[in-house]
Amino acid sequence: MPKDHGIGASPKRREDVRFLTGNGNYTDDINMNGQAYVHFLRSDVAHGTINSIDTAAAAAIPGVVKIFTSVDFEAVGGVPCGWEITDRHGNAMQEPKHPILAEGKVRYVGEMIAAVIAETAEIARDAAEVIEVDISDLPAVVNMKAAVVDGSPKVHDDLTSNLCYDWGFVEENRDAVDAAIKGAAHVTTLELVNNRLIANPMEPRVCIGDYDRPAGDHTLYTTSQNPHVIRLLMGAFVLGIPEHKLRVVSPDVGGGFGTKIFHYAEEAFCTFAAKACNRPVKWTSSRSEAFMSDAHGRDHVTKIELALDADNNFVAVRTDTHANMGAYLSTFAPSVPTWLHGTLMAGNYKTPLIYINVKAVFTNTVPVDAYRGAGRPEASFQLERVIDKAAHELGVDPIALRRQNFITEFPYATPVAVEYDTGDYHATMDKLEEMADFAGFDARRAESEKNGKLRGLGVNCYIEACGIAPSNLVGQLGARAGLYESATVRVNATGGLVVMTGSHSHGQGHETAFPQVIAEMIGIDESMIEIVHGDTSTVPMGMGTYGSRSLAVGGSAMVRATEKIINKAKKIAAHLMEASDADIELKDGTFSIAGTDKSVAWGDVTLAAYVPHNYPLEDIEPGLEETAFYDPANFTYPSGAYACEVEVDPDTGKVTIQRMIAADDFGNIVNPMIVDGQVHGGLAQGIGQALLEGCVYDDDGQLLSGSYMDYAMPRADDLPFYEVDHSCQTPCTHNPLGVKGCGEAGAIGSPPSVVNAVVNALRSAGKDVTHVDMPLSPNRVWEALNG
Amino acid sequence: MTQVSMTVNGQAANGDVEGRTLLSSFLRDQLGLTGTHIGCDTSQCGACVVHVNGEAVKSCTMLAVEADGAEVATIEGQAAEDGTLNAIQQAFQDNHGLQCGFCTPGMVMSATALLKDNPKPSEADIRAYLSGNICRCTGYHNIVKSILAASGQDVAGIAAE
Amino acid sequence: MYEFEFEQPSSVADAVAALKAEDALALGGGQTLLATMKQRLAAPSKLVSLSGIGEMKGVSNDGGAVSIGGATTHAAVAAGAGAYPALADMAGHIGDPAVRNRGTIGGSLANNDPSADYPAAALASGATIVTNAREIAADDFFQGMFTTALDEGEIITGVRFPVPEAANYQKFLQPASRFALVGVFVAKTGDGVRVAVTGASEEGVFRWSEAEAALNGTFSAGALEGLSVDADSMIGDMHGSKAYRAHLVGVLTKRAVAAAG
Repeated sequence: MPKDHGIGASPKRREDVRFLTGNGNYTDDINMNGQAYVHFLRSDVAHGTINSIDTAAAAAIPGVVKIFTSVDFEAVGGVPCGWEITDRHGNAMQEPKHPILAEGKVRYVGEMIAAVIAETAEIARDAAEVIEVDISDLPAVVNMKAAVVDGSPKVHDDLTSNLCYDWGFVEENRDAVDAAIKGAAHVTTLELVNNRLIANPMEPRVCIGDYDRPAGDHTLYTTSQNPHVIRLLMGAFVLGIPEHKLRVVSPDVGGGFGTKIFHYAEEAFCTFAAKACNRPVKWTSSRSEAFMSDAHGRDHVTKIELALDADNNFVAVRTDTHANMGAYLSTFAPSVPTWLHGTLMAGNYKTPLIYINVKAVFTNTVPVDAYRGAGRPEASFQLERVIDKAAHELGVDPIALRRQNFITEFPYATPVAVEYDTGDYHATMDKLEEMADFAGFDARRAESEKNGKLRGLGVNCYIEACGIAPSNLVGQLGARAGLYESATVRVNATGGLVVMTGSHSHGQGHETAFPQVIAEMIGIDESMIEIVHGDTSTVPMGMGTYGSRSLAVGGSAMVRATEKIINKAKKIAAHLMEASDADIELKDGTFSIAGTDKSVAWGDVTLAAYVPHNYPLEDIEPGLEETAFYDPANFTYPSGAYACEVEVDPDTGKVTIQRMIAADDFGNIVNPMIVDGQVHGGLAQGIGQALLEGCVYDDDGQLLSGSYMDYAMPRADDLPFYEVDHSCQTPCTHNPLGVKGCGEAGAIGSPPSVVNAVVNALRSAGKDVTHVDMPLSPNRVWEALNG
Repeated sequence: MTQVSMTVNGQAANGDVEGRTLLSSFLRDQLGLTGTHIGCDTSQCGACVVHVNGEAVKSCTMLAVEADGAEVATIEGQAAEDGTLNAIQQAFQDNHGLQCGFCTPGMVMSATALLKDNPKPSEADIRAYLSGNICRCTGYHNIVKSILAASGQDVAGIAAE
Repeated sequence: MYEFEFEQPSSVADAVAALKAEDALALGGGQTLLATMKQRLAAPSKLVSLSGIGEMKGVSNDGGAVSIGGATTHAAVAAGAGAYPALADMAGHIGDPAVRNRGTIGGSLANNDPSADYPAAALASGATIVTNAREIAADDFFQGMFTTALDEGEIITGVRFPVPEAANYQKFLQPASRFALVGVFVAKTGDGVRVAVTGASEEGVFRWSEAEAALNGTFSAGALEGLSVDADSMIGDMHGSKAYRAHLVGVLTKRAVAAAG
């Protein structure tokens, strides 16, 4: 019998009511008295020298309030980067200045050159069109490998080259890995591309700056996954506003997927301009702007080698990756191809020797940063593709090859610096085999062939590190921030709770799931608990939501704060019942003295805390409110086994997903309905990457996939019903909930199985296809079949 | 400026608009009905779907003046006056058919139009009908399931509860 | 978008008069034009909406031909052109449902997007485009991508489709825009077979005369074996190379013939 409340139940989401009735409060739904509108004039060339900007004609248009160019920001810092990488020679990465508005040069199509503030958005746009910008075009740097060749044009003249860093991991292993590969019985090599993506949350970014001149207080409303991080970065590094004079609010946010983590220049601009104009300033991104200003994702080009011994045991992995940074370093960009990627290259396997080389490269393209999975999808894709290729070359079953090399003992210290606390990779593979009916595949293939279609089956495993992250560890790795989370639990006099969390919900259902945890701990109904998030003026310093961290880190902070509440409430209950603290038990919202029938209700205790007439004032303070900060001891390591079955139309190359099956281990589960939904969404994005989505620049740095007319978003008729399971549960050993996180799994786990399935289908037609690069468009698949 | 008059969710609505004022802008900015969302500028995403004279349209690709005299229905008019969700809205909540909520108004309005014409759609019918509504969160699984459920069809057999 | 004057006449005559203003444009359902104007890629001084003209709406069936008013929406054609099932089916698969509720046949034909569906249907069917001034045979109407025989201010008031003995439209979707990457409309009429291809050519919609000749011999997919269009004149872009599009023309033509029966 499934539970109907508390941990493990699937109550309906309370936030749905406002979303289903049009009562959501997204940033663009906010309008301030007297607000003006900003339109950014963006570069239409990828690389060029700005000779002059003439704003006179624009300024003369009635309704124009003020026009800004880079000279207005001379006293202001650049957009900061939050992570510093040390390269394999011990040097710091190259870190160019990232101005709010372009200074001297433009470096990508979409970079902001000037900004017009006007009475209406249309007037602002009219005026921006008549600003005269004289730019001398420079050759665009687009191809990563060409960018790091001597003599390449430079994106940043003041840097020594376009190489941000050359990272080796683990550098000390380099020679041993080379030797192992040289001496291996078999080496499988694969060159592949992890295609550049655009996150495309359905809500485009919006920001509204507001300034209270008498008080000197700034407020920024913004579509962010982490308002406190924006406050910290923008206040401390860009505008020089102390945190107590800067409030950042992220109300309902329409999806993030990573691209709303970062601090963007538009946020700093609107905050700055609101003070300069002494009125609220609003910017609403169009989708076209979003394509050329939201940070992009992925964009790795990799050569991977997997070495095996004569018994097919993995003995070494070596990779050589070029990772695109775009024109500037976005907030967490340097961490994605390094620590979020290299540390996962052991995968689910006991490969003893691993060496990862990553060259991060500046190009004249939009900055690239974390997108759902961030580094981990790139790791999984390489590893699971090369294993499939190895199985084919060796003539062994790809599942058996994986099983043979699984890590089976935990905790397990990988050769790439992380320690997996728990996992059971055979269990998820067993579950996958049970769900997928591999035995029936041949019959299904025969049926497809009768209809003129090729059918393929692909399988893969994945591991990810999430619940980020231990602050002391990430500090050593170059993070310029801590990655704890906070919660304040405020119990009101009549027993209801308000929980202020530093996590941010932009689709994850925190308002429903978080109360389940606290309700379970206290034994009260979830309806007595309200979640508050997304406003730095009401919530203690928090680090926000990304990296599947909200429950593992934010939820753990809530647990710690609630434990403090319960401890204090027990003291009050003990006083009320004239008993010893140690004898008090809390069950179903009632405090009782162990072994007696004496009890007081939750509400009696909370009332006593605020009406302390009969209260141990000499021992404890009145009131019932506690804050906890939780800093995790380790990452969490969700894992799983996925399978995909596809049909390929050999006449057109079109791939149709027939089945997508996911067996995940997320540790303990708080709300199975929400977990399923998170996996579904991740699967769709993973299938989207594999089959549909590709961000394409031409040689001049023009973005060809600049709208939904050319960037293929997965639609309902591109996708099947998914088969998902999370009954394999090895609880995390180091957080109080035993949870691991589920937000990114689907996007990490699905691309390799889709590609493995398509390659398998093409081979069934007698084609010796070893790889097709994503997205597997009909054209590419047809070429692979007919090449 | 042109004066337009229409009925929105059963209420008379008037306003002065420019020729270029989109119906979506009129609803959001002049009537304050911000449940209708703008997710793209190429008529693809469907977050702005409303009904005009009973038919689903993309309100970002229709001028407010073109809706002069029309009956317009938006997401704000779908629940009962006391706030009780209608059958389609309720099915979306029951089946976790939404996450961030941004595409949801358009999804509900498209689903409503579909079920009016096709009260018992198949999975394929639903997926085809939603080809003009993009969701980035749900992978569509629970949206399709919600619409099947709203049409009174059994969804217990669909993988993953 | 840029500001413009808006006019919504209730007769063709008034619309023609209104369109005499400099830089005036006719507005059908606006599903392409308004999107273009939002990107500020078109700047008409005046938009003359045709949606208030009752005489330009509706589908009628008269003696072996289906006549469709120029302001008739795709949804109305899908619902009302049952006498020409392939046409109704094609109309029911343009864009998405909300687009079909606004977009019109006249707007689509006048725009002549190289990936639009209606130009293929009209050209394959040997349709007659009826304007306020004259009748234009489809063979004379389409003059390269986004170019037609229409004069400035001329309005498509209706389209007359002779109903063929057999017909079918096969569309292979461009995965992002959902327009035709390639679409092939095959119509078998008493005067012979006509094959019109959209989405593929840099010259816009075209008739594939070699296929027509072969199909006039035998109306079967097998008759097309070995035939191919010249890849050099095809569109090549991120969604499909020239060779791929040329290949798809062959595949879809065969499928259309097979489905037409």
